[in-house]
Amino acid sequence: MVRVPKRLRLVGYRLLQAIPVLIGIVVVSFLLTRALPGDPAVYFAGPAASEESIEQIRVSMGLDRSLPVQFFAYVGDLLRGELGQSISTGQPVLTELTTRLPASLELTGFALLFSIAVAMPLGILAATRPNSWIDHLCRFVVTAGVSLPTFFTGLALVYLFYFLLGWSPAPMGRLDILYLSPPHVTGFYVIDALIDGDFETARAALAQLILPAVTLGLFTLAPIARMTRAAMLQVLEGDFIRTARAAGLSGHKVLYTYALRNAILPVITTLGMVFSFALGANVLVEKVFAWPGIGSYAVEALVVSDYAAVQGFVLSMALLFVILNLLIDVTYTLVDPRLGMED
Amino acid sequence: MSIPLLDIKALTVEFGTRRGVVDAVRQVSVTVAKGETVGIVGESGSGKSVTSYAVMRILDRAGRIAGGSIVFGGINVGKADERTMRDLRGREMSMIFQNPRAALNPIRSVGRQIEDVLIEHSLATRADAREKAIDVLKAVRINDPESRYHAYPFELSGGMCQRVVIAIALACRPQLLIADEPTTGLDVTTQKAVMDLIRELTAERNMSTLLITHDLGLAAAYCDRIVVMEKGRVVEEADTATLFADPQHPYTRRLLQATPRLDSKVADLLPEEDSRRRTPSARPPGEALLRIQDLVKVFPGKDKGDEYRAVDGLSFEVRCGESLGLVGESGCGKSTTSSMIMRLLDPTSGSIQFNGEDIGAVPGKRFAGHPARAGLQMVFQDPTDSLNPRWSARRSISDPLMRLGNVRGSALRAKVEALAEMVGLPEHLLDRFPHQLSGGQKARVGIARAIALEPKLLILDEPTAALDVSVQAVVLNLLVELRERLGMSYLFISHDLNVVRLLCERVLVMKAGRIVEQGPAEQLLDSPEHPYTRELLAAIPHPPAGMVPSPIRGEPQAMVR
Repeated sequence: MVRVPKRLRLVGYRLLQAIPVLIGIVVVSFLLTRALPGDPAVYFAGPAASEESIEQIRVSMGLDRSLPVQFFAYVGDLLRGELGQSISTGQPVLTELTTRLPASLELTGFALLFSIAVAMPLGILAATRPNSWIDHLCRFVVTAGVSLPTFFTGLALVYLFYFLLGWSPAPMGRLDILYLSPPHVTGFYVIDALIDGDFETARAALAQLILPAVTLGLFTLAPIARMTRAAMLQVLEGDFIRTARAAGLSGHKVLYTYALRNAILPVITTLGMVFSFALGANVLVEKVFAWPGIGSYAVEALVVSDYAAVQGFVLSMALLFVILNLLIDVTYTLVDPRLGMED
Repeated sequence: MSIPLLDIKALTVEFGTRRGVVDAVRQVSVTVAKGETVGIVGESGSGKSVTSYAVMRILDRAGRIAGGSIVFGGINVGKADERTMRDLRGREMSMIFQNPRAALNPIRSVGRQIEDVLIEHSLATRADAREKAIDVLKAVRINDPESRYHAYPFELSGGMCQRVVIAIALACRPQLLIADEPTTGLDVTTQKAVMDLIRELTAERNMSTLLITHDLGLAAAYCDRIVVMEKGRVVEEADTATLFADPQHPYTRRLLQATPRLDSKVADLLPEEDSRRRTPSARPPGEALLRIQDLVKVFPGKDKGDEYRAVDGLSFEVRCGESLGLVGESGCGKSTTSSMIMRLLDPTSGSIQFNGEDIGAVPGKRFAGHPARAGLQMVFQDPTDSLNPRWSARRSISDPLMRLGNVRGSALRAKVEALAEMVGLPEHLLDRFPHQLSGGQKARVGIARAIALEPKLLILDEPTAALDVSVQAVVLNLLVELRERLGMSYLFISHDLNVVRLLCERVLVMKAGRIVEQGPAEQLLDSPEHPYTRELLAAIPHPPAGMVPSPIRGEPQAMVR
């Protein structure tokens, strides 16, 4: 009917809005990487290189040319789908990103699923029973979640579950060395192994995933639980909840169909923020669990002024943010009919 | 007399607060017979809503039925388990509320919300729910119910939303309908339509109704019997006719007196011994203070050519010392007009001359610093929302003095105290915050703030709409007094002709952005020319004439209705 094309138009409009954002990001990421201290040519030439060989490398990398020329060369490469070579690993940046980004996505996604599964019920229960023991538990978990640094929780979990109890495998990357990585489909090991029908590998990949995901999840749990509790409390005060109760609707219906669907909107926003934040900022978790993710890659590249890698990282993260925001907007319009009406 | 459908006996409801337990309702007894309409009338804090929530057992967490009994159709509501209550609510007794738009789930289509109730009470299955929901929408006289079924509350007008709330309440054909201020905030004509609909449907189905309202006029027009509540207690109970002809309790008398009737003067609203009574003195109209000419405001629509003319060629004058009433229903453009005069909105075309100066030509964004700004002030409809919640009353009143009057230090202090005295706000309340003040006190703060700079023109945008009638009576008299003392002119904006008449010499009736009728207030009310004015007048519910302290006390009952 009328409502569908209107929402489609809204989505299309949002997509168009992303274009200037992307252009801006290309420019800013290029300029920022040039502003980094340090000279990639010096790093690439090695400690024993002479002035001349450094100069030679600089010319071969195109770094002797003026900034606009470098920029247009960079944009030209981008248009051809090339992100350049990483000078520290010698690999094409695109290849690195396509293997490392799914690793980060898998970890963050799983962590977020875990924290949603814990935080939302906790928040809902706390909101429906203010000042009960569950409310106090919610407050405790939230405070603990934000105040314990991830490297500490990570190490503590490793100590407990790997060293003391021996339940979990060694915290050494995405898959134990005994297994071969599954054929690449999505880049998510658990899913790829399941697609392949290799349940043993899937189980092993999952076993590797649990501890880092829980570590990250404990940290992201706090904002989600807080927001769920606050949003639910506010919605439950609403007049329409009273109407629903006065009409004799069951507690279940009032709580989920009426209250939660209204309260979910700010929670979705928080989820989006937490996800994008966790994806780029979980370097510590990746380091503790030797997880070959994108965060640690970016930090290493940054340290050695690896322009191509840093630009590739910034660009892929920006793309991800844009897609994520678009997804949130679309979810919003699906949940809230009032939004579809604005143009 | 047969057994009543609802029998409330000596009900006491307690609320646990930070300062200990408070009795919101004390020893209240009310009965409602089958097919009867009973009104519970009282001002805010009288416990009338709490009583109804107790009947439905939907009190807030802090509330508790502490004593007495509520028997509905043989079931002891106070002792019934939650399961029984859930079956009763919506199925046997249901409730409609104030603020219909907020009373509906904003993100669920109205049809689905009706279906939810039907399915919950097993009156429909998933297969036929939609058809039955559309039938229910038809029953509340909603046009084009098939397409309204898909509408969301934000797409409907306030009156339409209230019809949907009624549809939800009556979907399961309950025996008792509790209507808690069902028309507060709606226009008079919408109020009449909604109340007539309720009366018609409940009569058709031989239902009982409990109407909770602060408006005696409304209760008089629609109830068989009226229970008057004050501070959690029932002070009087009588047939509607008897109550109006011969009110016993002093509170009832005060309430009756404060309710404006067709013939009452503003001083009549307060008891004779009240020193705050004022009579507006007719003064010769001075020169034109505000002159509006061909004022137009066009809002762009969603598509081209789909524009909306909110104000469409408006011309009028407010003279020095005059009070002009601007009356119309929501959407008629009266608030857009006041926003343009205050220069919060830029007009599309036309001129606004204030005190001989064309302020319409000053861009709205820069008007805040314009010298003419101090001469124009506004009193807003909602006394709570129009005050900064983090500012004390003193700070709120000081604000215009500091910003536009450049008053500082001890002079500021003295001026604020003088203003507080002028509006009747005790000095010790000046350091309180809005949430620590009553509605009437907040209204006084709003008025003190508006008159602080001794404006020439005060725009009053429904200044008493959110107040209890007794407070309204005091505030209206205060406004009369202030006008005389300060020589201000008023532009009084309201949907209620009856209130406007009390304060204004001349009235404009607005509809769809245009003036349909204008003239001296008395003349307009006595012999309205335009059908729309007549419609507005007819829609106002009045308490019957012939009550204390008017001389026709004790006249035959024929006066009633």
